[in-house]
Amino acid sequence: MISTSHIHGQTTGAELSEWVQILLALPFIFALILYGAAVFFSRQRQRPWPFYRIVLWVLGIACALVAVGGPLAQLAHMDFTMHMLGHLLLGMLAPLLMALAAPMTLFLRALPQGQAKRLSRFLKSWPSRVLTDPVAASLLNVGGLWILYTTPLYQEMHENSYLHVFIHAHVFIAGYLFTVSMIYIDPTPHRNGYVYRAVTLIAALAGHGILSKYIYGNPPAGVPVDQAESGGMLMYYGGDGIDLVIVFILCLHWYRSTAPENSKVNNMAKPFETDPA
Amino acid sequence: MTANTYQSSIISNQFSYSTRNLWSGILFGVGLAAFLDETLFHQLLHWHHFYDKSTTDAGLVSDGLFHAFSWFATIGSLFLFADLRRRNALWLTRWWSGVLLGAGAFQLYDGTIQHKVMRIHQIRYVDNLIIYDLVWNITAVVMILAGAFLLVWTKKKMKKHKGEQRD
Repeated sequence: MISTSHIHGQTTGAELSEWVQILLALPFIFALILYGAAVFFSRQRQRPWPFYRIVLWVLGIACALVAVGGPLAQLAHMDFTMHMLGHLLLGMLAPLLMALAAPMTLFLRALPQGQAKRLSRFLKSWPSRVLTDPVAASLLNVGGLWILYTTPLYQEMHENSYLHVFIHAHVFIAGYLFTVSMIYIDPTPHRNGYVYRAVTLIAALAGHGILSKYIYGNPPAGVPVDQAESGGMLMYYGGDGIDLVIVFILCLHWYRSTAPENSKVNNMAKPFETDPA
Repeated sequence: MTANTYQSSIISNQFSYSTRNLWSGILFGVGLAAFLDETLFHQLLHWHHFYDKSTTDAGLVSDGLFHAFSWFATIGSLFLFADLRRRNALWLTRWWSGVLLGAGAFQLYDGTIQHKVMRIHQIRYVDNLIIYDLVWNITAVVMILAGAFLLVWTKKKMKKHKGEQRD
């Protein structure tokens, strides 16, 4: 493994070991294969799957893989700005792209009836209701980040490999739950109103922005000032950019849902509607 | 449908969606003011600073909430605008009254509470800051007054129309 950690003289722990990278990458590789297999089985049942969704899934997986393993993950272990780039990819962009790929819809199509029913029962279960509630998902997501960057946890993450794995898994899972709690691409049995989701989204976006500026002014332990400044700004504007897409889709769904009946526009909007399960 | 009845159906649409016209305008105004603040003063002129050491905690929270809200408002208001258009209910005078009110109110809040009380950052880091503050806040007040004038004007128009229908 190439050792560049001591050039900057600011590293707070050991190198990022290979097994940590592999452990974090495996679930994503598995998810890629699973999705591909589901597309295959769905086609076999004469139910083709849109190509652009496959592209979205592949791009999402690629973002996550880049963030958890390889050169960016190595750099992120030593440089806070790179860490933040990885965080944006793993916690925001990958979840968004993967949610837009509608995996649950695909699995429900591809699975045999019994198993599809089991999956649908799982989606309807109360734990899934709790975890996909906008407020709970926002707290898991943004609250987790507050704990990571305002306590010694960030520094400890560099010294403890188990902590590293746990935090990175959490960042992705919380990001995914957050995304699917705000925009309904897949069948969502536990639905919440637009106002509730909008208000929560604004609060979460604010929590993210406030934390970015807080990091700018108060670098986490072990992070040099210049890196905290550029990392904080990257978090602020990068978060804005990705949340813009979520806000846009949420508003678009509202726009379609309130289309006046018997209007030409109403019929025009239909081709864009999300696929029914 | 004759031209006349078509016209009157648009007017009745505008009146029944008068609140949505106003809110679409207000949200767009807030979003526009925040957007100009960000692009013009932060990014292009570099007058505003991303973070000022003298920012209070309340300032940080207020700035974050307003930033998030205005971000959402910009997009949401445009969808409301599109919704009004497809319903043939867009009333531009009413909409503009909202834009001026929203942009003015946001700018006044930014220029007084956020810049001065919470000290998130100053308009420009120069000696004669007072001139910048005055121009900033007077512009805000002028926008609010213009918006209020249009708002009253549209209200009067609705009242007059109701009176005519009763006669």
